[in-house]
Amino acid sequence: MTMVQEQSQAQTNGAASVNGEKGAEYVVRAKDVTKVFKMGTEEVHALRGISLDIRRGEYISIMGPSGSGKSTFFNMIGGLDKPNNGSVFINDTDMAQLDAQELAFLRCHTIGYIFQTFNLIPVMTALENVTLPTIFAGMPAEEGTHRAIELLETVGLGHRLHNKPSQLSGGQQQRVAIARSLANRPSIILADEPTGNLDEKTGRAIIELLRELNKKENVTIISATHDHKMLDVSDRIVWIRDGLVDKIQNREDIEIQVGGIEEGH
Amino acid sequence: MSVEARRGGVRKQVALPWNKSIEFAYKSVKTRFGRSMVTAGGVFLGIAFLASVLISKAIAGSNIEPGESARLNWLVGLSLAVCVVGITNAMLMSVTERFREIGTMKCLGALDGFVVRIFMLEAVAMGFMASVMGWTVGTLLMVLTKFLVGVPKNAPLGTVWYGSLDWLDLFGVWPVGSFWFCVILGAGLTALATFIPARQAANIPPAAALRTDV
Ligand SMILES: Nc1ncnc2c1ncn2[C@@H]1O[C@H](COP(=O)(O)OP(=O)(O)O)[C@@H](O)[C@H]1O
Ligand SMILES: [Mg+2]
Repeated sequence: MTMVQEQSQAQTNGAASVNGEKGAEYVVRAKDVTKVFKMGTEEVHALRGISLDIRRGEYISIMGPSGSGKSTFFNMIGGLDKPNNGSVFINDTDMAQLDAQELAFLRCHTIGYIFQTFNLIPVMTALENVTLPTIFAGMPAEEGTHRAIELLETVGLGHRLHNKPSQLSGGQQQRVAIARSLANRPSIILADEPTGNLDEKTGRAIIELLRELNKKENVTIISATHDHKMLDVSDRIVWIRDGLVDKIQNREDIEIQVGGIEEGH
Repeated sequence: MSVEARRGGVRKQVALPWNKSIEFAYKSVKTRFGRSMVTAGGVFLGIAFLASVLISKAIAGSNIEPGESARLNWLVGLSLAVCVVGITNAMLMSVTERFREIGTMKCLGALDGFVVRIFMLEAVAMGFMASVMGWTVGTLLMVLTKFLVGVPKNAPLGTVWYGSLDWLDLFGVWPVGSFWFCVILGAGLTALATFIPARQAANIPPAAALRTDV
């Protein structure tokens, strides 16, 4: 990379880089990430050196069988766990440099999370759940509530503001969770098996909603899944096997192959 | 290069103001009211016992035998200690149950201190409510018992129960002191019992939010 390019990128990004080797168009950069879990004397090599750069606004699916390391990788780029080796940069910030409070700030402002089990706070209404991250971000209450209502309307739940999670269907709960993940206008949304607990039809609707929001809010979506319905909407698919990147497919390549994959499924 | 620039705009997460934490704790206790009352059941019973002892001592006045008084103090102390252990146990279970919920809160930006704070505030609120009820029930039951028995045949030194305390005293100075003593002690003991579980809750990693097995 030339000096001129580097300077212009540093300007657009508004922040200097750590090691000079960077790109503002990349929102996530993972380099040789490894993770070993020790279970007594046994070692589980969950990640064996994963490198992946993710562009701003991309919709990425991380595919792979159960136990291949998707959730572990999700934890690394979500600032939820630290790798044994390698590094992860979010918006050119080296996660390893951050202390506990800075990581909490990052989780609150920069990353939105969506979980397989929805994870709404059971004692709170849909509206309170979506407002919660804005409270942690220190947004004034009125503004936070306004933002939450707007988001719940966006996900089609404007009529369910005051329902508790137990009064909502799985699909509706996941919609609330999606609204919540967007509350603080994050640059990345991380979704771990977002359709794992949903039936075929509801799952498809959730995937379409995510894709829509990806375009509308220009938010990067990274979703770990083994749901092949995700193939249709992803810009890129990263296949993971045994803690390594098996192959990366672009959208163009996928379209040709989708038929084959679905037959085989 | 400044630290600020190197961190690409990432700042330190700020703690929530107290009123927000109180609002959270209140909502949580209110929604899980039945559950909270079961958890605080020990405090309720312990404080009811304490209140009944206090009022019966007040009634007996100086007529109570010192040995009897010491024995009662010992029993009350023991019952309160048992209630602290009971609450710690119930709170530890509650932390385990809320494992994923707490992990999720941390994913949304909650700091460790916030988690400790909501648990402690919940404990104080629960302890307060249970103590108010315990004091009321304990005091009234003892007064009623003494009243129904009329002349307390088994009261120490054979005193007549209203001999050393008339109705004016009963609703005057004495129970007010006993009330605050019981309530502050009850809330304080609940907070004490919750301290270790609250620390444990704060140590739950945000990654706990991803677990599908709890
Ligand atoms: N906290 C942990 N402790 C021990 N082993 C773990 C832990 N988390 C994941 N693993 C192991 O790491 C491997 C990858 O797991 P995971 O990332 O959850 O896979 P996936 O999400 O693709 O199903 C598995 O073998 C799993 O058993
Ligand atoms: Mg997984």
